[in-house]
Amino acid sequence: MARIILETRGLTKRYGGVHALEDADFVLHEGEHVAVVGDNGAGKSTFVRQVTAVEQRTAGEIFFDGQPVSFAGPLEAREAGIETVFQTLALADDLDVPSNLFLGRELFRFRLGPFSILDRKAMRERTLEALKTTAVKIPNVDNPIRNMSGGQRQCVAIARTAAFASKLVIMDEPTAALGVQETAQVENIIRGLKDRGVPLILISHNLRQVFDLVDRIVVFRRGRIVASLRKDETDGNDIVSYITGVKGGTEAA
Amino acid sequence: MAEATHGLGGLKYDPAKRTRAPEWNVFGALVLILVIFEVLNRMQGGSFLFNMRDNVDAIFNQQRLDIMILQVAIIGIIALGVTQVIIIGGIDLSSGSVVGATAMIVMSFAQTAMVNGNPNPKAIFGDWAMDLPVIVPIAAGLACGLLAGLVNGLLVAYTKIPPFIATLGMMVSARGVARWWSNGQPVSFPTEGYGSLANGDLLGGMTFGLLSWQGQNPAVVFVLLAVLFHLVMKYTLYGKRSYAIGSNEAAARMSGINVDRHKVLVYTMAGLLAAVAAILLTSKNLTAQAGMGVMYELDAIAMAVIGGVSLAGGRGSIIGTVLGAAIFSVIISGFTSIRLDAYYQEMVKGAIIVGAVVLDQWRQRTRTRG
Repeated sequence: MARIILETRGLTKRYGGVHALEDADFVLHEGEHVAVVGDNGAGKSTFVRQVTAVEQRTAGEIFFDGQPVSFAGPLEAREAGIETVFQTLALADDLDVPSNLFLGRELFRFRLGPFSILDRKAMRERTLEALKTTAVKIPNVDNPIRNMSGGQRQCVAIARTAAFASKLVIMDEPTAALGVQETAQVENIIRGLKDRGVPLILISHNLRQVFDLVDRIVVFRRGRIVASLRKDETDGNDIVSYITGVKGGTEAA
Repeated sequence: MAEATHGLGGLKYDPAKRTRAPEWNVFGALVLILVIFEVLNRMQGGSFLFNMRDNVDAIFNQQRLDIMILQVAIIGIIALGVTQVIIIGGIDLSSGSVVGATAMIVMSFAQTAMVNGNPNPKAIFGDWAMDLPVIVPIAAGLACGLLAGLVNGLLVAYTKIPPFIATLGMMVSARGVARWWSNGQPVSFPTEGYGSLANGDLLGGMTFGLLSWQGQNPAVVFVLLAVLFHLVMKYTLYGKRSYAIGSNEAAARMSGINVDRHKVLVYTMAGLLAAVAAILLTSKNLTAQAGMGVMYELDAIAMAVIGGVSLAGGRGSIIGTVLGAAIFSVIISGFTSIRLDAYYQEMVKGAIIVGAVVLDQWRQRTRTRG
């Protein structure tokens, strides 16, 4: 079995009295693509927010790349090698594509604290390279992304993740607001990650997509992980049964 | 096609379809307004820009240009700072009052000990009065602006109160400082060195073509600062962070930008620029009054907004603000030139500011739709 890249043990998050995430044990292996599915409010996004340290967990342990970790914030998680595409796009609309790709990790010609001079040419070139490998279609990378379609913007966000992906990529419903063609484009980027051996956690409502793309499916229900199934040992109906609680539900036990 | 590399994934990019920089629209408006006032003046038998007197050998109306350039320069320097604050999605209502407070304090350190052989009748520090080197009042002034800007920035960044409220508080308090400093009395009689800061000639009384450039140090300083901050906003991390924060603060935070610290830096910069304006203003007028700079904050905001800086943050440029400042000043001088009553001037000024914001909102809506 391949090396474990991410593991959570007893991961728990409560908001006041609300148990958003209870005792989640999760394992992701090197090069593996895993889908996280579940109904609204099942705890999928909460799970991601704990792993990426957007929020601080109530209890439990997270091991990343063999080490127990406790990131202070999303930036630390990113520096450790976890790249995330959040549900709400973390893009600056008034900046062009290279500026967005390199937001927070700019390249410099000359370092001088906040007045460091940007290396705009290098950032632009590397942006074009990154977008080429992801086959994203963008008419002009020098335009502010405000003028782009939802799909193009999403592609920029994902390209940013894919371009810098080192150890783990997490995508929270990356195709939720996209058209057919744009969805296909995003799925291509995901296949590209698979080919490059970059592990992925994909949160999705789209079971067709999930079965198309990933190796394993983890089902969340009412804040708990109720199933973890290899793609070839399950089917759509089976997954839906777990999601709705027909199978494996806590109350059924 | 040379620009083919722009298009990715098979999409062709047509450079002709590129949206024109919005600064060109502002520039067009400036030219249009100049033409309008020239025509209006001609109808009254005068000229707005050109010299009409036979006994003066000049092409341009030097007096009018001098007034316009001075006005652009002093308030324009404030507008450079206000522009940066608006770009990060904030607002600074305190700059006019900071000019007032700084003016009083600066002038106290710039006072000369003896006037015409008698002790300076206005000396703030009485018996200790002495001619300090020019660097002392300058340093004191910059320290005032820095402090005011720092307080603004800390309030906005760390108490999370809206910038409107934080800087409104500073606006009232700084004006209080200005009045308290000398119990409302003007502070006058600076040293010769201090007076020459604004009245002297950095460029040695140079003439650019047919336009003489005497006693325009504030304009020289304004141009230098405008070029400096244009480069800073366009080519450095400071600028990139400013636009990113104004565009999407949450995204900037998530990308690891220390948003709070950057805000403090930008507000401090605005305070410093207000102080520079105060130094030049007092040096030009050779006196400081507690009421100096009243409404400058609104004029500065108006210059930025006219120049295309979006009050929503994230959009606009230093070049835009410089052009906006020019438009603003041309309109004021233009009204005077056609002898429009001062009351009407203020009414129209207000309408222009509102009009510029409406235009900005409208542009925003059409853009997100398109």
